[in-house]
Amino acid sequence: MNRPRTLLLAFLAVLLLSSLGMAVHAVEPGEMLSDPALEARARAISRDIRCLVCQNQSIDDSQAELAHDLRVLIRERLQAGDSDAQVRDFLVARYGDFVLLEPPLKPKTYLLWFGPAAILLVALLSIAIYFRRRRNEPAPAALSAEEQARLRALLADDADEVEPRREGQP
Amino acid sequence: MNPTSRRLLYLLPILLFAGLAAYFLLRLGEHRDPSEIPSPLIDRPAPDFALPGMTAAEPGLARADLARAGGEGKVTIVNFFASWCLPCRAEHPLLSQLAKHPGVALYGILYKDEPAAATEWLKELGDPYAAVGVDAQGRTGIDFGISGVPETFIIDRTGHIRFRQWGPLDQATIDGKLLPLLDELTK
Repeated sequence: MNRPRTLLLAFLAVLLLSSLGMAVHAVEPGEMLSDPALEARARAISRDIRCLVCQNQSIDDSQAELAHDLRVLIRERLQAGDSDAQVRDFLVARYGDFVLLEPPLKPKTYLLWFGPAAILLVALLSIAIYFRRRRNEPAPAALSAEEQARLRALLADDADEVEPRREGQP
Repeated sequence: MNPTSRRLLYLLPILLFAGLAAYFLLRLGEHRDPSEIPSPLIDRPAPDFALPGMTAAEPGLARADLARAGGEGKVTIVNFFASWCLPCRAEHPLLSQLAKHPGVALYGILYKDEPAAATEWLKELGDPYAAVGVDAQGRTGIDFGISGVPETFIIDRTGHIRFRQWGPLDQATIDGKLLPLLDELTK
């Protein structure tokens, strides 16, 4: 096995191992609910709730104290009979849409959700228009006798210059 | 398409880039902290709470206290703090200054801290608060949507939150935003 491939394999192995490490969650055994269905709902909700301290982690992943508090709070609300949507609304009312890792679809976020698709659409349309216009353009007219003569003269001129120059010659 | 408009079309990417660059430059110049989260509680009634005092002898703090101060014509400032919080120490002199404002009642909420430690802290630095409630579990903090200490809320006479300071107060914010708002609210 050659050296670059060994290096590549080693790199992939490191990637794989580090991604395994990321799968570990911060939920502590003491926080978990005894009802597995309720606990599964709590986990699903907390995976989409942003930790306000770390900001780019979900509270399911975060070790921050506030994340712990919010995990416990979510479980309490579920036990009290809240629906998943009610739990999310409870948090959004206090922390705003920012607390949701996935921004909700509403007029204010249309640009965010549909902007990339709109740009792609405009790009595809412009490409289509460009090619259609090019196809409709008439083919260039054939050279006139005068142009033919000039072209021949130019090519003949060039032929003089392609001679390789030799060392020591001017 | 004539040659002039085609040449302008080739300029379009450069113009787009220049526009974006100018926009980014402007936003960078605003000195805003991108980790600061806008509060959804602005212009909403302050959340309900009733917290115990630092000792059995002290009265504690509840939303009713804010309403009472509002009824007396005072704008209330609610400051979340803790003795373990270093930025709270930094903003303490500014808060004490604010508490002297004649139209203002300053209240403290002790966030996840030992009342004994906070009593020591206030003894050392001075106690600017009209009353302090102890939020040992941090639940009132969550109801106010705080993500850490210090955070400070300005609540008008009708009990609506009008301003939220994320992180420690500084002189520039007080002069530029807080005092004009307090003037407006205490008119």
